[in-house]
Amino acid sequence: MMQTRIYQKETNRNIPKLLKESLRDLNKSRFLAFQLAKRDITAQYRQSYLGILWAFAPPLATAFVWMFLNSSGTVKITDTGVPYPVYVFAGTLLWSIITASITSPIQSTNSGKGIMSKINFPKEALIMSGILKLLFNTSIKVILLFIFLFSYGVGLSWGLLLFPFAMLGAILIGNTIGLLLTPIGMLYTDVSKIIGFSMQFLMYVTPVVYSIPETGVMRTVMQYNPLTPIVVVGRNLALGIPLEYTTYFLIIFGASIPLFLLALVFYRISIPIFVERLSA
Amino acid sequence: MEQETTSQINKDVTEPKETLVEVTGLSKKFCKDLKTSLWYGVQDLVSGYSGNKEKRELRPKEFWAVKDISFTLKRGECLGLIGHNGAGKSTLLKILNGLINPDEGKVVMRGRVSALIELGAGFNPILSGRENIYNNGAILGFTRKEIDSKVEEIIDFAEIREFIDMPVQNYSSGMKVRLGFAVAAQMEPDVLIIDEVLAVGDLGFVLKCFKKIDTILPNTAIVFVSHSMPMVSRICNQIILLEKGVVKFQGQNVSSGIDLYYNKFSTNENSQIVFSDNSIELKKAWVDGVVPSNNIYHILWGNTIDLKFKIQNKNLSKIPYISLAIYDKEQRGIAEVLPENQDLKTIENQDEITFTFQLKNIYLSKGIYNITFTASEDFGFNVYYKTHKAISIQIEHDKQIWTPFLMDSKTIDVRWC
Repeated sequence: MMQTRIYQKETNRNIPKLLKESLRDLNKSRFLAFQLAKRDITAQYRQSYLGILWAFAPPLATAFVWMFLNSSGTVKITDTGVPYPVYVFAGTLLWSIITASITSPIQSTNSGKGIMSKINFPKEALIMSGILKLLFNTSIKVILLFIFLFSYGVGLSWGLLLFPFAMLGAILIGNTIGLLLTPIGMLYTDVSKIIGFSMQFLMYVTPVVYSIPETGVMRTVMQYNPLTPIVVVGRNLALGIPLEYTTYFLIIFGASIPLFLLALVFYRISIPIFVERLSA
Repeated sequence: MEQETTSQINKDVTEPKETLVEVTGLSKKFCKDLKTSLWYGVQDLVSGYSGNKEKRELRPKEFWAVKDISFTLKRGECLGLIGHNGAGKSTLLKILNGLINPDEGKVVMRGRVSALIELGAGFNPILSGRENIYNNGAILGFTRKEIDSKVEEIIDFAEIREFIDMPVQNYSSGMKVRLGFAVAAQMEPDVLIIDEVLAVGDLGFVLKCFKKIDTILPNTAIVFVSHSMPMVSRICNQIILLEKGVVKFQGQNVSSGIDLYYNKFSTNENSQIVFSDNSIELKKAWVDGVVPSNNIYHILWGNTIDLKFKIQNKNLSKIPYISLAIYDKEQRGIAEVLPENQDLKTIENQDEITFTFQLKNIYLSKGIYNITFTASEDFGFNVYYKTHKAISIQIEHDKQIWTPFLMDSKTIDVRWC
């Protein structure tokens, strides 16, 4: 039986049906997503001598800055219970994963803009290829984390087995936020700028480079900040220290699954609208 | 004539010719201002999430890019979409391809839809041709296995085996198009949408592309956008002429549609002086004994006509040598006219003289032609004055052909031997 497509002004509002189509396209476009990710990664490394160094340079740089601030006594950081360099690197690494995950959907969609206005292909592949690229970059960063763990004598713990789960959580939650912002972010470049801008500040109300203070306003803010459990759970698993904020983490993780699916549906509805506005 | 025979062949290939494309009352509006357009985009996002059932009216700064278009296309048929730049052709294609949603009307597409709108989509300039075959193929919807099995065929079709492992950024534009088309040619669509993509590439490749299109045409419904009328007349069996988003002509009579398209260009320009050293001036040019309509002289095929040119001398001492050239609607030079017995006598300043040149038995084929007038010291030497479209003529004949000449011929003998 031949496939029939109908295009008309009314958008289909049947969310379960749209979701089914979206997931079907997601499944159908596995090869395309893989190919796009492979294309971007190979191209990126082929034109570079330092190659994968660039994947972990930013979190490493932030970590070094704070290690220096701490060791020189410029900033007094309360004892974290583990060697500070490991603590701060684990933090900045998780933070860089969250940041990259939030920007990934807009970035991937933007890079596919040229093709989107010419060829009809499953756009979900763009999101998927963004996630694949994130997974690739993340695994490189994790190797560096292992090096830190060993060289500062923290060693391996059973919690490390659950660490991938925490990272997947970071990627999923970040992607959900990013994907929800994509429709409006494709129309206005302000959205990407605002994301980049606010992530710089949000880092200081999240226990990335220092732990949650015992008292004060900062403690309250950090406790409510939904990014806190991602960083804390991820780091505690990696360093083998007792878990905190596990319930909050599970709630956010659980909530982001349906939200992600909903965002996929919105994304699907929005694509013709921004293709029309940006390539007329 | 040719088209009828092809469609007869089609009948034999697929007996039940199912309708693959149905377009009814299709309209699309666009916004002239980016900031407003983006804001409308936000509004559309919101109304999109809530179903968007209301009738669409034009909002401020909007216009109809495509208005009320309907057609159906069966397997084996080819629709030519022609019109000026900005007539709405590409917008229509984008709606057919499902890239943007219509504001009114409905499109039903049956079967696999492929579009040759941009060749080589997804190419990364740094990667090699071979790697990019996979990138492009994936975007066009091939599986890895399909590409694996077709990659050698693609390389051969593109004729770039020698350079296949070189980065695509070092390819010439023609090579990129070849590679892109070679990948796209592997598709087996039910509906094929072609935008003006075949223009690049050398002649050999363009011929190859058309051979490929000819082979898939019987099993496919094609929507073909082109500015090349010979191409349109060659493959299309129905035509839509768009102007400012509105249908100006629609039907099976491809040649009348093309004539109308050409007429849109012919009336908007008068004669143009391309060179003059102010030594003479062409005062008037006409065809003797014929009354022009819309500045065009209608002439029956095979007739003999007298062309008259009246010039005024400014500062020449002898009569200039006159030559004429005939151009067709696409500005291709078709013929030269070098009148015999020109006597280049001496003349005085301000003298007005009229030349009469006879063109015997005009065997130009049906259509509009422009005559360029050139005055020079002698044949091919020291041009004084040159003007395009000094006279426009329309040759009338019942046969529509796409070569510039229809020779005067007859059968003189048929025998069994």
